[in-house]
This record gives sequence, structure tokens and C-alpha cells, in this order.
Amino acid sequence: MPTEETSVQEALENIQPSKISVRGVTKSFRSSRRRLVALDDVSLDLAEGEFVVLVGPSGCGKSTLLNVIAGLERPDTGEVLVDGTAVGNPGRDRMLMFQDAALFPWLDVEGNVLFGLRLKPNLDRKARREVATFYLRMVGLEEFRRAAIHELSGGMKQRVALARSLAPNPRVLLMDEPFGALDAMTREQLYRDLQEIWQARRKTILFVTHNVREAVCLGDRVVLMTPRPGRVREQFPVHLPRPRDISGIDVARLASQITATLGRHLERVADGGES
Amino acid sequence: MRTVRALAFFLLGLMVWEGLVLTGFWSHVLLPSPLDVARYLGRAVADGSLAAAVLVTIRRLLLGYAVGLCLGLPLGLLVARFRLFADTIGVMALGLQTLPSVCWIPLALLWFGQTEGAMTFVVVMGTIWSIILATSHGLRSVPPIYVRAARTMGSRGLHTAVFVTLPAALPFITTGMKQGWAFAWRSLMAAEIYVTILTGFGLGHLLHYGRELHAMDQVLGVMLVIVLVGLCVDKALFSRVERFLHRRWGTGT
Ligand SMILES: Nc1ncnc2c1ncn2[C@@H]1O[C@H](COP(=O)(O)OP(=O)(O)OP(=O)(O)O)[C@@H](O)[C@H]1O
Ligand SMILES: [Mg+2]
Repeated sequence: MPTEETSVQEALENIQPSKISVRGVTKSFRSSRRRLVALDDVSLDLAEGEFVVLVGPSGCGKSTLLNVIAGLERPDTGEVLVDGTAVGNPGRDRMLMFQDAALFPWLDVEGNVLFGLRLKPNLDRKARREVATFYLRMVGLEEFRRAAIHELSGGMKQRVALARSLAPNPRVLLMDEPFGALDAMTREQLYRDLQEIWQARRKTILFVTHNVREAVCLGDRVVLMTPRPGRVREQFPVHLPRPRDISGIDVARLASQITATLGRHLERVADGGES
Repeated sequence: MRTVRALAFFLLGLMVWEGLVLTGFWSHVLLPSPLDVARYLGRAVADGSLAAAVLVTIRRLLLGYAVGLCLGLPLGLLVARFRLFADTIGVMALGLQTLPSVCWIPLALLWFGQTEGAMTFVVVMGTIWSIILATSHGLRSVPPIYVRAARTMGSRGLHTAVFVTLPAALPFITTGMKQGWAFAWRSLMAAEIYVTILTGFGLGHLLHYGRELHAMDQVLGVMLVIVLVGLCVDKALFSRVERFLHRRWGTGT
């Protein structure tokens, strides 16, 4: 279907100067038995201050794409530009929040949040403390500051990881299913906090989720990926006014439309018609 | 409660022992009674020979162990980090770890003569290999996700090594250091029993002369002191670190 391919490519070109530009990135993993194309010619642009949400079924390469943008994984071909320069190594300007919280068990909760802050120049001890306290309060874990990591629940770990990523105030946030293990109430509170921080500090956010409703609620744009090989399929701008209510009717309508499109793409992949 | 239980256990053991000797089940010559041992210890404490021997032994032990750590930790790091070292030093460590350190005594005597140097050498050879192996194993078992997380937060090179890899490997390294300490003790006792030197009269020598004089109360008394010193060091040093690790990592109880 060549016409659709080109229209997707066109739609992906961004008119504004982009903060992050992923250009023709291909990444495959070789295991002993086979070669697996995790990302196949993926291109994606994020404007400064844009909130983009990546959705797609498990194994379609979302985490891999985030790793490549963060600089933890090198693409086989293609490149990633941040502010016009190619990224090679990870940098403090792009904070990656991992799918599994990846907290340090040898530090307590506050120590984990302070880790990134200590690497920031021009912050004295007291200021670091204050910043850490602010974010711990935001995620509702202030009284757990001295707790060891193994004493936390899964959702609490994710909240500490969120505080750890936000505390150094990075320009770009790459978030890999950050709210997967949270209850609905906490999650909605964090949606509000995240949007507040995003708007107040003009951050650029690339957010991965399985939850299409969550995607529509948060994103300026929802990007759909499909697996085997991992490709960017289609994207949906979201023009709904903020703040959005995740259970609102507009969100639900757009979400079901996206889910239907995703279903069609997956059927096609399953039929072997593409790839 | 736990202290009471432990005390009761040891008291009971002593009573059974005393009883066995009293009833003549075991001959005095083969096994002195606890009271004989206590009397020996009392005499040795009073004339100062025990304290002097403990001091000499501890000094040797600390010196040899410190040298073992200073060489073993960096070598372990190199083995973990570079293929070249893993294929050379790593293999050597694996092989020599199984060699009882008593085997080094003939060489030590040949190279250093009957000196403190020979003692230190044997202790170092006894302790260093297990420290190298534990360190390199610990460093290699650090989950890569920690290093990746640290790198996205701007950590690099030496900072990552000191603040991420090292603490992440600490449980393994501590185990290795503890094992190294036990090996250092054994090596030194072997060395002191086999090598007579004039620069210091350690616990091993005391034990050796006990045997020569067939003074089993002395032998048993010294054995008891060795065990107690080992226990004290464990309580004072390692168990604190281990308790901290268990609390943080949530392992053990
Ligand atoms: N280090 C790796 N070695 C080998 N294969 C890998 C590696 N990392 C990812 N893959 C493969 O690449 C594909 C994409 O993985 P990725 O983790 O990016 O998926 P994902 O979209 O994040 O999935 P999920 O939603 O389940 O997290 C998967 O099929 C996975 O098996
Ligand atoms: Mg993933």
C-alpha cells in the first residue's frame, strides 16, 4: 500500500523546528536462533514542548525506541537528533524513566531521588534536599523518604522512579509505561501533576503506554506502532482542551477510534499481508 | 532470649565435658577437663604470655589481610573489567584458591627465611585469591539496568564505578572479604605452627609448644582463644556490615 506509506511519512514531518528528530532508525537484535527487527525505519519528530504518546502492542519496539533516543542503544542505521545534533551517549538533558523502576537498592528512597540531583552542578546540599522533598511530596511518599527500596510496593516504586526522573528537571522526559502498576486514583492524580509540570516547565515528553485512553488524555499527539517489524503506523493529533478528564466523552470517543485502527493494523500483520 | 539460649548451650556442653572427664570416661592425658583449661588460661593471662601472643598474631593477621585486600580488590576489578586479566589472573586465582596455603610455607622459607616476611607472604597467599574471585564475580553480577539508569542521570566513568557498580556489588564483595579473613586466619595459624621465628611469639607458637610439652590444657586453651578472637572480629566488623546490607537489600531476616 504505497500511498498510505507516503501519507504517513508526510504526516510525520513536523513544520515546527523539532526538539527530537528520529530519522530512519533501524534496530535489530540477533539471538542465537534468529534475527529480530525491533525497529524498522522509524521516523518521528517531536516539537519543543510537545507531549507525544506512543502506543502499540507488546513487543513492537517502544522501549527500544526510547533506549535509542536516550542514547543507551545505538541504532543499526539512521540517527537521532536532539536540538539538531546527533546523540551518541546518554545525557542529563534526556531523562529515561524505565519500565521496571530500576531504583538502586543500596540507597533509601530519598537517596535515589538525590542521585540525579547530585550530578547537577550549581546545587548546594540544602537546595538538593528541598527539591527532593518537593517531588517526594508530589508523589505522596514524603514519609517514606527513609524507607529501603524493598519495603515499597510496585506502585510506590514507580512513584519514586517518577520523582527521581523529574527532580533534575530535564528538558526531555522519556517515560516507559510509568503508571502501569498504579491504582486509578493515584494515577489520575499523577496525570494532573505531570501535565502541570509539563506546562509550567515546557518539557518535551515522549510517553509510552498500552492504555489508549491514557494516551488520549495526556498527549498532543498519539503515535501508533505495530510489531514485527516495529514500525510507526499512524498518528492522531489530539485537539481536546486541557485539562482533560480521562473518563470524559471526547477522550473516550477518540480512544475507541484509535483502538479500532490499531485492531485493523494488527489483523493485517497477523494475516502476513505486510512486512 | 537468644543470648540465654546460646549461653545455656555452651554451659551444658562444658558440664557434659567436665562430667565425662570426672567419671574417667576420657583420660586426663587425652582430654583435660574444662577446669584444667581454665587454670591454664588464668596462668597465661597472669604472666602476660597470652596477651603478648594474641597481640603478635593479630598484628601479623591485619598486616597480611590488609596487603591481601590492597592487592586483591584492584586485581578483582581488573579481572571483572578486562578479558586479558580474566584469562590470566582470573584463571590463576581459580587454581590457586584451591591450594591450601600451608603449601606455600617451604617456598616462603626459602625466599624470606625465618622472618616476618615469610609469615606475611603465607597469609597473603592464603587470602588474596578468594578476594580476587569474589570481587570480580560481584562486579560482573551487577544488573546492567543500574548502570544504564545511572548513565541517563549523567553519571560517567569513575562516578559510575564508585557510586553504582561498587555498592551494587557490595554484598558479594563483603562475602569475599569475610571468606578472605577466615582464610587469612587459617594460613597464619599454619605458618606459626610450622615456622619458628624469633621476632614474635604468636598464638600458633603457643599451640605448637603446648603440643611439644604435651600440655593439652594449653593446646585447648589456645584453640579456645583463637575461636574467641575470630568470633569477636566477626561481630565487630563483618556482622555490622552484613546487617546493614540485609536491611537495605531486604535479604535474610
Ligand atoms: N536486548 C535485547 N535482546 C534481544 N531482543 C530484544 C532486546 N530488547 C528488545 N528485544 C526484542 O525487541 C522487540 C521489541 O522490544 P521492546 O522492549 O522495545 O518492546 P515494547 O514495545 O517495549 O514491549 P512492551 O510493551 O511489552 O514493553 C521484542 O520482540 C524483544 O524481544
Ligand atoms: Mg517496553
